[in-house]
Amino acid sequence: METLNEKAARNQKIAAVVKICLLLVLFVAFVFPFILVIVNVFKVKADITMNPMALVGAHGFTMQNFPNAMEKMHFWRSFGNSACITIISTALTLLLAAMASYVLVRNNWKACGLLFGAMIASMVIPFQVLMIPLVSLYGGILGLLGHRATLIFMHVGFSLSMATFMFHGAINTNVPIALEEAATIDGCSKWQTFWQIVFPLLKPTIATVAIIDAMAFWNDYLLPSLVLTAKELYTIPIATQVFYGTYSTDIGLIMAALLLAMLPILILYVFLQRFIVEGVTSGAVK
Amino acid sequence: MDTNSMSYKTKNFLMFAGVTTFVFVAVVIAPFVYGLYLTLTSWDGVSLNKPFVGLANYSATFADTAYWQAMGRTMIYTLIAVVLVNIVAFILAFLVTSGVKGQNFFRAGFFVPNLIGGIVLGYVWKFVFNRAFVAVGEALSVGALKTSWLSTPKGAMLCLIIVAVWQYAGYMMLIYVAGFMSVSNDVIEAAKIDGCTNMQTIVHISVPLMVSSFVQCLFLTLTRCFMVYDVNLSLTKGEPFNSSVMAAMHVYNQAFTYKNFGTGQAEALILFVVCAVVGMAQVYIGKKAEVSA
Repeated sequence: METLNEKAARNQKIAAVVKICLLLVLFVAFVFPFILVIVNVFKVKADITMNPMALVGAHGFTMQNFPNAMEKMHFWRSFGNSACITIISTALTLLLAAMASYVLVRNNWKACGLLFGAMIASMVIPFQVLMIPLVSLYGGILGLLGHRATLIFMHVGFSLSMATFMFHGAINTNVPIALEEAATIDGCSKWQTFWQIVFPLLKPTIATVAIIDAMAFWNDYLLPSLVLTAKELYTIPIATQVFYGTYSTDIGLIMAALLLAMLPILILYVFLQRFIVEGVTSGAVK
Repeated sequence: MDTNSMSYKTKNFLMFAGVTTFVFVAVVIAPFVYGLYLTLTSWDGVSLNKPFVGLANYSATFADTAYWQAMGRTMIYTLIAVVLVNIVAFILAFLVTSGVKGQNFFRAGFFVPNLIGGIVLGYVWKFVFNRAFVAVGEALSVGALKTSWLSTPKGAMLCLIIVAVWQYAGYMMLIYVAGFMSVSNDVIEAAKIDGCTNMQTIVHISVPLMVSSFVQCLFLTLTRCFMVYDVNLSLTKGEPFNSSVMAAMHVYNQAFTYKNFGTGQAEALILFVVCAVVGMAQVYIGKKAEVSA
């Protein structure tokens, strides 16, 4: 006869198998759209239309979709625009937010309270509320639309609140004030203290903020589509959208364009997976 | 050195936070205030003068049935999507913290949709709904799959919800995972010794201790679903027959397609207020339900 322990052990085994099966089914459902794109990108148009579910098309394997799509969506130009805008915006956000949060944490001046309060409050404002006045101010009145620099300026402006808030918390908890006092006694100015003592201690938060913001900038569509009015300035999401509008019947090209749009960030994810998952989680939990 | 003097304070503040203040005010505060003013004017987006019209834009908003239809649609979409996203995310989090092999691999996999922008995701799913599902439907002669779901109003809504669940579940899963990890093993073991089954432990011990995770996930999904635009644009573009235009898309069209900037801004503002009120109420109710071990 089976003892109670044996029964429990058997139940546990069954539960583990059920869990694994459930996970596998869900996993397949989650990656299915990506697999489908990858499978179809190597087929000619007629084969995709015939049967998108077949692994290999009747006309066999083709690589031709890639060069065609790359040429027509100006892939490298869009990639360069996206990379340039993402990198500069992220770097500026990090520097400006870290500096501002330092003065905000360490002083109880009126201006500090006012700025921090305004930033916290502004975090609930969705972009849709600001886009119309933004376009009319920067487009209609100042005539500044159509430059990468304007987009970078706006990206930085929108992400500063969140970044400052996160650095604020990090300085509060991770930077001992005694360390700064020691530096002051040794003759460091506030400026030197910040760059040599405080900033290096913020590394984990810098990584978190960099990951969250860089992903947001890279994937953003609505703001860039309003600011970048000229074709030469298009980022990858806009280029994909315009490409889809023009070639929506040429499904092979579309598959290649979609895969190309996803590839850079997926490749990065393979290498930085741990940091990205941790960064996004700690960003959300704060 | 006098650290209390006005000049010292000003110099230090400007040195560290001067640029930040300028950019923040220029990009967030100024447009927000200017936006309030815009709702009182009628502007077509081109002409130089913006005639003052008082509250006409607000009465136009209340009379705009398409706007309220979009708003109602957005609420239904948000309600269903938020519930489903959180159920799926919670189940995923439970499965990937239950100690099965390869749980890190699964976690990483479920998170992938969050890496990619809404525009691209929408097009990928458009292909799935329009081509793959239809092909499967024809091969197996399943009537419900033979025509694309995107071609009917109800189907398009269903598609938007499916994509929302798929897009956000992995992200919310990570927050629930953090919640599961924060419940200490001592309480779980104590409950088990007292005779709780696995299911009872989750319902009566883990869930009450994870209320803050729920509040957070609900808030994030609520605000994101309410403001959905990218996926809406690429997946359905508001079609068929404008039956899947969400509130944010209606605001965009009102301003940038029909050139009613004033009315568009008034509608955006009301959308924001509704979203904020719902979000705050949810957080307030949730915070009250929090318990500690």
